[in-house]
Amino acid sequence: MAFVSAGLFKHPTRCYRSTSIIGVGLLGTSTYRHDYKINRVSFPNSIPSSYYCCATLSTTMEEVKPAFDADEAAILVNGLRKTFNSGKTKSYEWRISQLESISKMVDEKEKEIIKALHEDLSKPELEAYLSEILMVKSSCTLALKELKQWMMPKKAETSLATYPSSAEIVSEPLGVVLIISTWNFPFSLSLDPVIGAIAAGNAVVLKPSEIAPATSSLLSRLIGEYMDQSAVIVVEGAVAETSALLEQKWDKIFFTGGARVGRIVMAAAAKNLTPVTLELGGKCPAIVDSNVNLQIASRRIVAGKWVCNNGQACIGVDYIITAKEFAPKLIEALVSAVEEIFGKDPMESKERSRIINSFHFSRLIKLLDEDKVSEKIVFGGQRDGSQLQIAPTILLDVPEDSLIMQEEIFGPLLPIITVERLEDSFAMINRKSKPLAAYLFSDDEQMKREFVHNVYAGGMAINDTILQVTVPSLPFGGVGESGMGSYHGKFSFDAFSHKKAVLYRSFAGESPTRYPPYTPGKQKQIKALLSGNIFKIILALLGWFKD
Amino acid sequence: MGIEVEKKAGFDTESAKEVVKELRASFVAGKTKTYEWRRTQLTAMLKMMDENEPQIVAALTDDLSKPELESSIYEIAMLKNSCKLALKEMKHWMMPKKAKTSLTSFPSSAEIVSDPLGVVLIISAWNYPFLLSLDPVVGAIAAGNAIVLKPSEISPSTASLLAKLVKKYLDCSCIKVVEGAVPETTALLEQKWDKIMYTGNGRIARIVMAAAAKHLTPVVLELGGKSPVIVDSGINLQVATRRIIAGKWGCNNGQACISPDYIITTKDYALELVDSFKCELERFYGKNPLESKDLSRIVNSNHFARLLKLLDEDKVSSKIVYGGERDETNLKIAPTILLDVPQDSLIMNEEIFGPLLPIIMIDKVEDSFDLINYSGAKPLAAYLFTNNKKLKEKFVEKVSAGGLVVNDTTVHLAEPSLPFGGVGESGMGAYHGKFSFDTFSHKKAVLYRSFAGDAAVRYPPYTAGKLRLMRALLGGSIMGIIRALLGWSKP
Repeated sequence: MAFVSAGLFKHPTRCYRSTSIIGVGLLGTSTYRHDYKINRVSFPNSIPSSYYCCATLSTTMEEVKPAFDADEAAILVNGLRKTFNSGKTKSYEWRISQLESISKMVDEKEKEIIKALHEDLSKPELEAYLSEILMVKSSCTLALKELKQWMMPKKAETSLATYPSSAEIVSEPLGVVLIISTWNFPFSLSLDPVIGAIAAGNAVVLKPSEIAPATSSLLSRLIGEYMDQSAVIVVEGAVAETSALLEQKWDKIFFTGGARVGRIVMAAAAKNLTPVTLELGGKCPAIVDSNVNLQIASRRIVAGKWVCNNGQACIGVDYIITAKEFAPKLIEALVSAVEEIFGKDPMESKERSRIINSFHFSRLIKLLDEDKVSEKIVFGGQRDGSQLQIAPTILLDVPEDSLIMQEEIFGPLLPIITVERLEDSFAMINRKSKPLAAYLFSDDEQMKREFVHNVYAGGMAINDTILQVTVPSLPFGGVGESGMGSYHGKFSFDAFSHKKAVLYRSFAGESPTRYPPYTPGKQKQIKALLSGNIFKIILALLGWFKD
Repeated sequence: MGIEVEKKAGFDTESAKEVVKELRASFVAGKTKTYEWRRTQLTAMLKMMDENEPQIVAALTDDLSKPELESSIYEIAMLKNSCKLALKEMKHWMMPKKAKTSLTSFPSSAEIVSDPLGVVLIISAWNYPFLLSLDPVVGAIAAGNAIVLKPSEISPSTASLLAKLVKKYLDCSCIKVVEGAVPETTALLEQKWDKIMYTGNGRIARIVMAAAAKHLTPVVLELGGKSPVIVDSGINLQVATRRIIAGKWGCNNGQACISPDYIITTKDYALELVDSFKCELERFYGKNPLESKDLSRIVNSNHFARLLKLLDEDKVSSKIVYGGERDETNLKIAPTILLDVPQDSLIMNEEIFGPLLPIIMIDKVEDSFDLINYSGAKPLAAYLFTNNKKLKEKFVEKVSAGGLVVNDTTVHLAEPSLPFGGVGESGMGAYHGKFSFDTFSHKKAVLYRSFAGDAAVRYPPYTAGKLRLMRALLGGSIMGIIRALLGWSKP
């Protein structure tokens, strides 16, 4: 494949390890785009590395026999732990050099990245640029700028109880961390956590998603080429490789994906008391009030649905809630925004990602073709299995018990639920699992306040969609079924740090009250001290002097 | 009413489900979310402690023969401080925190809103059965949650007192105590919670977290570990010794998760240190420490036997340089110091959690850092006594632990400005002060925009001009932006 470009062959020795793992891993994945995989697996043979060749040769001809097993994962972790214990990753210089390398890598390989994303998802270039490349770049830039500040111990107040003393909170790296990423934003959702992990001074294993194989393999190659191979490693693969990784002891696991696998990851982490960050999804609702600038609201909904990886985004709009009498107007505006943006025949538009693979394509078709649902289509509905495309589709008043209202849609279908009073929508949202995001379009201040106060979700945007993730001063993460823990900006640094409490005392300030034997006088004094009553303290002190 | 059902031996999954259901209804009704409710509950808790101090002290005596002063300070006063701090700061804590916004979402404003998580489970421990039960409850209330507290069955008097007092003073429709042991805890763990906070040991913590994983419930695990004390030479030895004693035997007779577990010192300083211990220990606890009223007893015969097993191991018992006396009927073990026990002994491989204190000797004090980090299990606390500034810096840089104290032991616990929690084997998550509030809150990111500031560049069709503009905008180059804008206006 043309995609296997010169970069790899220029640095065969530097990236052999991770590529080997990847090449093998792919064999175990789904059957989708089989020819592609064969290509990928066979190219490594030309790499003059015994390690690599062994791994590949033994499996190329066979069915599903992952060479990357628990033993190999253990060796990998061991190596990284050695690096971590040497203190290498802890230095400011190392962190900066690695972040700079990511920045450089993204600058130099922009075209390849866009190409891989196109291959995996037909992702439009501007979308790829904005949501993948730029996200990573700005995360890097911010971390490079702020890192010194983030790393600085934070002074903490001390109280009378330990007087005289001083205290600080020291951020220390957790150790060796595992990042398991996903396929919908396969580049940024892989590297954004890596940036946090590096900034915090950890050794990192990244397991990109096998469902976006072009990006996965590119990541492996680029990280092999640009990053410190003794501390930042990519392991490609699917279930078998991930299981092998999950059997190891990590100091943190950061997982982006679905709730089902999230549970498996957390259960595996429990065995080693490993803390987890789980970035999951959910059904993100958008409430649309009738007093809004309908053109802008519609455009922003379109932007948060079909312009956002064609709905395949964890914070994409999943469904809309609006007032019954407003629904026709809203539909009209949405349709005209869709047509304005994607043209009269959206199926022909190159501006939308395709559905990732045939599995998800049929999953979506199943949602769409359910009996009580298919008749509710008011716009769109066209599909093309060969191109894995489904047109932007709007459905009105689908029943609550339909599949499409029970599971996360993660695709270009947009149901609109109507309610009598918009206020009812809060309870409706809260009856479901807490989503990763909730959106409200309204000009009513009271409504906004109530929305923020009453609706439980990972994050929210008022009068827009998805933009909350571009603000690094806001934590990005779910709650309940949409996940736990958060990242972005300094929160990423914190997610991969332990906040170590440090209290400094001198040998002065010694009070005998603290020690046994506990005489009645001492008890009186301590109680007075602790109740903070100055008068009593004086009395007790006096009492103590003649104790 | 609920309490009666819960107290029956037959507290099973069904009863647990009922409890959660009732609490969830209260939570969904929004009852716990108001500032008023939170304030009332915390005030009631303060009142409960003021009015029942003798009962609390008596229960602690019953469970642990805990000296009154220790109970007053570490259990009651600490908790009162928590309540008072929360009452004072809660309004401030609850306030949404403004966040800066960037060019990408211009014009906009942003804030971080602290939402309660919902219905939370707090499983507590027996060593500070009052404090470790209610301190997390303070955080959970402050953050606006409905709560089930499961106190430890190993300190039954305190557990039943807690059940009685909580029912009497706090809002029963939102805060419940479930007493019980393994079956009750198991029944509770099968339910879906919005947070589980567990204080105890690593073995049970794994079970708790695995149970939590089924419902994607976040956990705080407050565990323990072998917390070391490094003692450098050239220090004020008397003060250092006293502070170690206060953190070891003065903290529930060593049965505290942040108690010094063992000491590391240099070969040439060890004897001096041992002498100082002998002298101070005798001053504090008298010639016959088994008789002292100022030492808690060992909580039960299981733990008594466990400790004796550590002490009576062949290669260990010969190392006793002070103490070693035991009184099985009263479950007392004297403060015991062991010098130079082998690294492969039991006592050096599990958390001691009792009045035994081994001293490990090394050649150079700097070697202690590697010794601590060697096991890979990060302790909940680590302590260093020194006057050497360089050594302090190295200690803070190199030793990984939940928290550190230089020139004292255990007192970091009393600083609400410091997060209290472990890392690795010593746990995850932290609490105390505002950290308690945060632990039981979800930080909800909220971005506000108006309908102004809508740029066509954001939407397809993606012309070359738009792409140029976007790159320039986001690259932050003013010239680039101008050029792109010009170019874009004539695509």
